[in-house]
Amino acid sequence: MRATRPESLATVRRYSAPSLGGLGVAGLVIVVLALLPSFVGESLVNRLTQLFSLLILAVGWNLLAGYGGMVSIGQQAFLGLSSYAVLYLSLHGVLAWWGAPLAILFAGLVSVPISFLAFRLRGSFFAIGTWVIADVCLLVVAQIEMLGGGAGASLNDLNGYDPITVGDVTYWVGLAIVVATLVGAALLLRSRFGLALISIRDDERAAEATGVNVARTKRIVYVLSAAICAGAGALLILENLEVQPDSTFSVQYSAFMIFMVLVGGIGTFEGPIVGAIFFFALQQWLASYGVWYLIILGAVAVTVTLWLPKGVWGSVDPHNRRSLVPLRHRVTLHRNTESPHEQEGTETGRGGE
Amino acid sequence: MMMWINAIIQGLLLGGLYAMFSCGLSLMFGVMRFVNLAHGDFAVLSAYAAYVLVEHVGGTPLWTFAIVIPASALVGFLLQRLLLDRALIGGALSPLLVTFGLSILIENLLQQGFGANNESLFAGSLSYESWKINNSIYLGRLQVIVFVIAVALIAGLQLFLSRSRPGRNMRATADSRRAASLSGVNERRVRATATAIALATVAIGGLFLAMRTSFTPTSGASDLIFAFESVIIGGLGNLWGTLLGGLILGVAQTVGSQINPADGILAGHLVFLAILAYRPQGIIASKYALS
Repeated sequence: MRATRPESLATVRRYSAPSLGGLGVAGLVIVVLALLPSFVGESLVNRLTQLFSLLILAVGWNLLAGYGGMVSIGQQAFLGLSSYAVLYLSLHGVLAWWGAPLAILFAGLVSVPISFLAFRLRGSFFAIGTWVIADVCLLVVAQIEMLGGGAGASLNDLNGYDPITVGDVTYWVGLAIVVATLVGAALLLRSRFGLALISIRDDERAAEATGVNVARTKRIVYVLSAAICAGAGALLILENLEVQPDSTFSVQYSAFMIFMVLVGGIGTFEGPIVGAIFFFALQQWLASYGVWYLIILGAVAVTVTLWLPKGVWGSVDPHNRRSLVPLRHRVTLHRNTESPHEQEGTETGRGGE
Repeated sequence: MMMWINAIIQGLLLGGLYAMFSCGLSLMFGVMRFVNLAHGDFAVLSAYAAYVLVEHVGGTPLWTFAIVIPASALVGFLLQRLLLDRALIGGALSPLLVTFGLSILIENLLQQGFGANNESLFAGSLSYESWKINNSIYLGRLQVIVFVIAVALIAGLQLFLSRSRPGRNMRATADSRRAASLSGVNERRVRATATAIALATVAIGGLFLAMRTSFTPTSGASDLIFAFESVIIGGLGNLWGTLLGGLILGVAQTVGSQINPADGILAGHLVFLAILAYRPQGIIASKYALS
């Protein structure tokens, strides 16, 4: 934990009290969540599965926009492609639960050629360009008769199982995807690659100048984010047991992702988790009011961007000192100073950009 | 053969409408370097405003132009002053996120107020009268008028940008914010003017679209996408290029629908993606943001 350089010029600490505590709590929460289906009813399990898909979407979008600096409003492309991949595989005899990882892989692979098109555009134009690409996916998929065309299709290969078992297994699949996403994202951000990514977020030109391969780093993040959204897509078809092109490729998912990440705190690890839980609560509370919850969603998105740009988590932890996940490098210099002088590591938590 | 010629002609007429949508998008992008993601929703908002006016007062939708267009410009001015100026301080992502939030807000408020039904503005005899060219080609009177107005609008905007003082200030800001500011351009006023003009033009587009076809609270999304595609196909930062982009998109869509009625929009998207892959600077590449 304490890596001291030979000359003892500086000490690099990766862990802090909050982050060790955070890891412990996270581990405990995961264990409790894994055991939960044995203790609680079916409806709570199904609702938590919904929360899982929201969480996955939020983390995926935050990785892309918050860390990669790329605002996409077309991530629903990968969500939909993955749902349909699960459907396609199930029509060819692959049980839907096993189809999920293959679907994620498929969407990740598809995102590579897509990235070459989308990366021709930057900033605002990238955002709408990705939306067009998602619309193309929708229009193409809706014409494939085998996959139900415009009306969609239902996933029938789980019909033989007891519905409660299906719900529980889907819940565990969801939990597994959530854990894999969060652990993966944390390890990624801790690594050298994560440092490169964060430096790009803070200043693309400076990152390039210090030797970061900006184009490649961005592409990798784009592909990872696509795979994460595909995880949510696979989970959604397992949850609903049906898929319909207009809804699975709906831009509304982008609205949800943006909302969760903004409210929680863009460019922070904890933000999207907070945002997803908040959004889930809002959805449960306002679901019976129809479109009002979308109206509130839009209004909150505008308000938060303008008046609370760091989101909820960014306001709780404005200087990223209380991070619950050990992502930072804290460098303490010993040279030329009597008392150790704290210096910020590269990751200083400049969220909300 | 005639069928295809007809598709191309109808596509060109449709393209004029798309160009009308996209000139405001170009203008705002030039001055502020972001795309207003609620652009299409403001078009739909004006269509509903005209719809309400006609319902309550009566007459043809044409007179509502006199109210809706200035009102939309005023909304643009306030939007810039109250929200977007603030969003621009927050970095590159903020304006995108704010306008996307606005887009959700407008769509769903309209949905709440009017329901999801198709509405349209009936422009009396203008809606169905047409000029007959031959047995298979008819030019809708309204369609031709829209096209002529679109071209006039772009010419006027071009003239405004090249000849008038506020227009030149806008171009100066588009070229270099800092240099313009240093030479005494009031940047804040330039931004508010650009947004007001953009919303006035998008209101014109919205009203004509509502007269040509039908609209729903969510049709703003496709208006935005078509406007954006026209801008990219034509080449960023060039209003005549935008017109050309609109025409190409319109033709791609009508020819696509001629091949298969369900494929019109897809054909437009594919032309856009092909341009993106092979000529990302657009058909008319331009060095300046707005020239």
